[in-house]
Amino acid sequence: MDKNRQKSAPVYEALLSFKKKRVVPFDVPGHKRGRGNPELVELLGEKCVGLDVNSMKPLDNLGHPVSVIREAEELTADAFGAAHAFLMVNGTTSAVQSMILAVCKAGDKIILPRNIHKSVINALVLCGGIPIYVDVEVDHRIGIALGVTVEDMKKAMDENPDAVAIFINNPTYYGICSNLAELTKLAHERKMKVLVDEVHGTHLYFDEELPMSAMEAGADLAAVSMHKSGGSLTQSSILLCGENFDAEYMRQIINLTQTTSASYLLMSSLDISRRNLALRGSESFVKVAKMAEYARSEINAIGGYYAYGKELINGNSVYNFDVTKLSIFTQGIGLTGIEVYDLLRDEYDIQIEFGDIGNILAYISIGDRIQDIERLVGALEDIKRVYGKSDRDQFCGDFIQPEVVLSPQKAFYSDKEQVPLDETDGRICGELVMCYPPGIPILTPGERITRDIIEYIKYAKEKGCSLQGTLDPEVNKISVIKQ
Amino acid sequence: MSIWFEQMDTDNVKTAVRVEKQLFGGESDYQRIEVFQSKEFGKMIVLDGEIIFSEADEFIYNEMVVHVPMAVHPNVKNVLIIGGGDGGVAKNLIEYGEIEHIDVVEPDEMFIQVSREFFPETAKGFDDPRVEIHNMDGLRFLRRCIDKYDLIINDSTDPFGHTEGLFTKEFYGICSRALREDGIMVSQHGTPFYDEDEAAFRAMHRKVYKCFPISRVYQAAIPTCPSGYWMFGFASKKYHPLIDFNPVRWKARGIKTWY
Repeated sequence: MDKNRQKSAPVYEALLSFKKKRVVPFDVPGHKRGRGNPELVELLGEKCVGLDVNSMKPLDNLGHPVSVIREAEELTADAFGAAHAFLMVNGTTSAVQSMILAVCKAGDKIILPRNIHKSVINALVLCGGIPIYVDVEVDHRIGIALGVTVEDMKKAMDENPDAVAIFINNPTYYGICSNLAELTKLAHERKMKVLVDEVHGTHLYFDEELPMSAMEAGADLAAVSMHKSGGSLTQSSILLCGENFDAEYMRQIINLTQTTSASYLLMSSLDISRRNLALRGSESFVKVAKMAEYARSEINAIGGYYAYGKELINGNSVYNFDVTKLSIFTQGIGLTGIEVYDLLRDEYDIQIEFGDIGNILAYISIGDRIQDIERLVGALEDIKRVYGKSDRDQFCGDFIQPEVVLSPQKAFYSDKEQVPLDETDGRICGELVMCYPPGIPILTPGERITRDIIEYIKYAKEKGCSLQGTLDPEVNKISVIKQ
Repeated sequence: MSIWFEQMDTDNVKTAVRVEKQLFGGESDYQRIEVFQSKEFGKMIVLDGEIIFSEADEFIYNEMVVHVPMAVHPNVKNVLIIGGGDGGVAKNLIEYGEIEHIDVVEPDEMFIQVSREFFPETAKGFDDPRVEIHNMDGLRFLRRCIDKYDLIINDSTDPFGHTEGLFTKEFYGICSRALREDGIMVSQHGTPFYDEDEAAFRAMHRKVYKCFPISRVYQAAIPTCPSGYWMFGFASKKYHPLIDFNPVRWKARGIKTWY
């Protein structure tokens, strides 16, 4: 990384000099620097709406960048050690989906773990790819899916030598990392591409103490959620390309679904955040890791809770652990993660990232202060004192490996019928069913529904998880393929 | 020349005091600290733009948070002050001979130093051998305490600033656990006059109410506070502030007060 070059932020600078010119707008957006929408100016501020402008010559065009956006992308690639980088304005969802659309045509097999984000399944609905699920180990104490082991991946590759790519989520939401370098090597030996969902891993590029990043491991493509640990605005993201991937083809794929009115607020936030990360990222993330470690030790001192960390590492299914993540197993105090999540919000005014059946995840970032950590720890202690139960006999978010009967695309577009949840045992699912957050599907189109899955959905509903993805907003009925 | 210090009470109301000179200005890890010399109020200490106390009116606050619970609880031995970096609360407490130990938990060392330097009269509360200062976050300190104190005084400054965590449900819950079965907690509840402050005051009272069987509020007039009007919370596991109030016993001590 060229630190001197990283001091510039071309999109941001172009916006500033554009602003000074006081150009009269006879183009979109129609709010015309906010004058046509005073309430919006009141809410967002004059500066913000003044920078909400359209693509034009001095500001470049995201669909076909030749000047400042191209420069910003080159700087981003340099900062992340990638061959190419793309600024993304429709969430990391679009980055994940573009990766899959770029390697997978109808009928192509792609090997992936089942605990992937719903955006992956949706991309397979679009392109007609066939998911091959590699086995995923579960830690039964805390009820979370672990990483992909080299042996399991090798087995899946040997059984499916015609697969075009492997897809790995690394780190997982909970901070679990797989042996990316070895998995990449195995895939490349078999001419398979390596796609990495690095939604929760922006910081891996800026702190050597943290687990290996996708680009360092030699992956072909990685989707990096800059708006999470990177500090940019919500919905902004980046897609990284390794050496041996045709970047211009990647651009064409991105343009299939990308807006032609890309927001300069999002792009400039990516530009500024990239500069921040390149210049000051490493010191920030050392601080974040320290705060998370402090929180872990204080939470574990309460008793009942288990804030897990590096001790999970086993050289295989937990190859490494991202210590900036603060994931906490809550069932030791007799409450599910979702119950603790709701209590924190409703009773203590603390909003955390998510709660699932067994765990909560508190997102720690460069914006946090130690006194806020004290509040979280204090609240968890109070919850144990006031709401804790001794009942430990709970369903611990076990992970169910599904049987894929039809491709997601085939199932999604088949004739379907709405059937009450309890009567779906043995039927083929025609839609996504998931708890959001975290957005990892319980069922995807084309999978066989079992009694275990039905019970899991009922339990999640009863505990207050927000279930999404189904036609029926109450999830009392599931769309299944007509027999 | 005339220099005015302005405290924004709300977006549209301010309290202004003509300042003779600035005696100190500095930034700690937690807040901006300033000390001004003024005519009517003498020296004033300002944290993040808000007057915390002045020489002229500090006695009101300090007497009200100390003597009210001390006139109710018959046997206070162990006291915890959360915040209290100026020493004023401790100064009033050490007048009670029966108190054996006073813990002061103030994370901001600079605030203590500045108080010692510019307000030696107030800060002399720290010099008593029964007083022990802990430079630590209040929530963190309290997490280790169970069934330990007879009286907890929450003397932290601002529900919207860095001490925000000391005005929350978890804080009151942890306080309740740290108190003995007949313990009392007194906390400043801010001013109830302006809308935003009133909402914060109500929220605080509601939270305390959920954690203690007895929860009442009382008030005092403090000129340098926004609106000049200040509220305190009296929360207790056993003693009622009116039923168990014992003026005879308290007067027998012969403690001199100003308010």
